[in-house]
Amino acid sequence: MNLARPPSWSGFSIDGNWDVVWYWTLVHLRITIIALVLGAVVAFPVGLAGYRWRRTYPVFLGVSNVLYTIPSLSLIVLLGLGFGLGLLNDRPLIVALAIYTLAILVRNLVEGLRAVPEPVTDAATGVGYTPLRRLLRVELPLALPAIFAGLRVAAVSTISLVSVGGVLGRGGLGYLFFEGYRRNRPTEIVAGIIASILLAVVVDLVLVFSRRAMTPWIRVRAAR
Amino acid sequence: MDILSETFGWLTTADNWWGPSGILQRIWEHLQYSLLAVGFALLIALPLGLVIGHTGRYEPGAFAVSGAARAIPSLGLLVLLYRVDPLEAWPAIIVLTVLAIPPILANTTAGIGGVDAAARDAAQGMGMRPAQVLFGVEVPLAAPLILAGIRSSLLQVIATATIAAYIGLGGLGRFVVDGFAVSDDAMVYGGSIIVAALALLSEGMFVFAQRRVSVTRPRREHLGPADPVTIPVPTTPGGVIP
Repeated sequence: MNLARPPSWSGFSIDGNWDVVWYWTLVHLRITIIALVLGAVVAFPVGLAGYRWRRTYPVFLGVSNVLYTIPSLSLIVLLGLGFGLGLLNDRPLIVALAIYTLAILVRNLVEGLRAVPEPVTDAATGVGYTPLRRLLRVELPLALPAIFAGLRVAAVSTISLVSVGGVLGRGGLGYLFFEGYRRNRPTEIVAGIIASILLAVVVDLVLVFSRRAMTPWIRVRAAR
Repeated sequence: MDILSETFGWLTTADNWWGPSGILQRIWEHLQYSLLAVGFALLIALPLGLVIGHTGRYEPGAFAVSGAARAIPSLGLLVLLYRVDPLEAWPAIIVLTVLAIPPILANTTAGIGGVDAAARDAAQGMGMRPAQVLFGVEVPLAAPLILAGIRSSLLQVIATATIAAYIGLGGLGRFVVDGFAVSDDAMVYGGSIIVAALALLSEGMFVFAQRRVSVTRPRREHLGPADPVTIPVPTTPGGVIP
């Protein structure tokens, strides 16, 4: 579908407007994915640094707790106007969501790596793993459940927060909430709500199944 | 003039602070909505959490309800309910209350239910009645966790009340919404700074209070597993529940 030209809602019923819901669902999903990927790409080195150099982690936690506390609409505006991203595009929204994702993911990455039992890392070192290889082949795989737990929280909260952008005339399905409100079309609002819940459920399921596929040993252990 | 000095100008103009749509009045409205919603939520969730945590009955139910309630897209609900009665503030207060319940309920239940069985047994052994056990032993031990629940409730409500300005509710969100409508960037930016300051202030107060009510010694180990206080119900980023 052409994402450049939004179809417009007509009338008061859902009939004939499925393309509108589908369009904003795709926009919603696109913003979510970009923000998640952006957050994850930055979270990875930051998290590894926090794990390797323990002193950097409390500093990161302090900063991220403050950012995490700033209400979403506020953060979007602060980024859009204060950092020159502009308010009339998706960039401040995406960066704000990426920051929240970063705060969640780094925490889970570091906690996940730290929870790897010492005998396991010792054994890996003992059989001759270099630190890098040990990290990639032993520690990170064992931290995957924690990383995925963080991803799920980040994904579901990002999907809900995208809608906040609706206040500023953007924000995927949030656009339907606020346009439906302005034009007095409850059906449009309800369609937005349902699509938003469904999107969250689908993305969450995808993450759950990816986690299962990437950590087959967990199921084996549970089956025994 | 650049945005920072413009905003500084807006924030330091006395006329913007006073009057029926001044900053002080908006802060007062914002606090009113937020405290009303959290107050109502406390009236409902606190007794419920105390009873469920103390008896241990329906505990999974309490967590399931809290979890499911978090999945309600409150933003959409806010907009929808407001259509029902557009001239009143009560639909917004109801949505904000619904939003404030889950963290308080889940944290109270988890806090009371998680009290060391040995402490509870000792209290019973000393001859304390159930109510005495609850209020003399369990509540003080669970206090930091209960406060953490109230804290994340308040944060979420403060953030969502900001967005509620879109549907005509007062409060600090007005500056963002009205300023955006007339392209007054200084007003949008200034309003956002005040909202962020309010949220940080409320967090800071609760962090302080949590330390004060903690009867166990604070953990020295900064590098251990995640802060136990935040485990049962992590705060939603940006304070908004779906």
